[in-house]
Amino acid sequence: MKENNVQHEHSPSYGIYILVWLGLLALTGLTVAVAGLDIGRFTVATAMIIASAKAFLVLTIFMHLKSESKTFTVFVIVALFFLAISFILLFADYSFK
Amino acid sequence: MTTQTQAHSESHVHRDDIGARLGMWLFLFTELILFGGMFLVYSIYRFTHPEEFHVAAKELNTIIGTFNTIILLTSSLTMALSIVAIQKDNKRLSIFFQFLTILLALFFMVNKFFEWSIKFHHGIYPGSDTLLNEKSGEILFFGLYYVMTGLHGLHVIVGVAMIAFMMRFTSNGVVTHDNFIKLENTGLYWHLVDIIWIFLFPLFYLIT
Repeated sequence: MKENNVQHEHSPSYGIYILVWLGLLALTGLTVAVAGLDIGRFTVATAMIIASAKAFLVLTIFMHLKSESKTFTVFVIVALFFLAISFILLFADYSFK
Repeated sequence: MTTQTQAHSESHVHRDDIGARLGMWLFLFTELILFGGMFLVYSIYRFTHPEEFHVAAKELNTIIGTFNTIILLTSSLTMALSIVAIQKDNKRLSIFFQFLTILLALFFMVNKFFEWSIKFHHGIYPGSDTLLNEKSGEILFFGLYYVMTGLHGLHVIVGVAMIAFMMRFTSNGVVTHDNFIKLENTGLYWHLVDIIWIFLFPLFYLIT
């Protein structure tokens, strides 16, 4: 049980978080700018791709998934997988009505 | 747990930080399903009423939305920094960053309050005469807008309460540089609230 008390093996630093924060702000600027363009049906897809990139940064760095054991990543992927199934089945139904 | 075990010497304290974090993640998955269900409803109604969602979204103020996005992203940063600070055994700095996080969260809620007030003033609220005279897609859009941003706002308030407790725990030594799992889990919760907003923002404010 002793190793379970180790919270983060590497020494923490402020820099990486500030860097990720700047990245998140840049992506926010990008998504607002792209929303102003008229790219028709790609608008939603672009917005969702940018939002996913932002969520990925928050999950891996802010929520420390990158430095956690692989178990955590597997858990998150499984959870997202089931959410994705819900979306796929729902739209498989609605798209052909 | 901590109050009971503090009396014991360090070596006798049973701790399982990985288990505690995994437990927090499991809770976050239930939040994912809660909001995920709402995103499902949103996506279907947007699919069946694309034009009306487009028109209704013009009522929302993109500038306030963008501003609130920046505020929430920054609050996530200060939350993450407070954990780095406690790891470096800098108690005062950690408390300061937690305080900043609460301040930014309240700032977010004040903006939300003004945003909703303006909508209410224009007669746009669930069940209002103005709204019920609009097309069904617009009624659905604003219904989802109020429920989803409202539930998110509730999570922000809960987060503020949790961080306030953490400030107290940090100042009285319950949260320390080698035992900060409570602060870490509060951070996980706070970042989830941030992620939900990351998706709410383009879906409600940027579809015009």
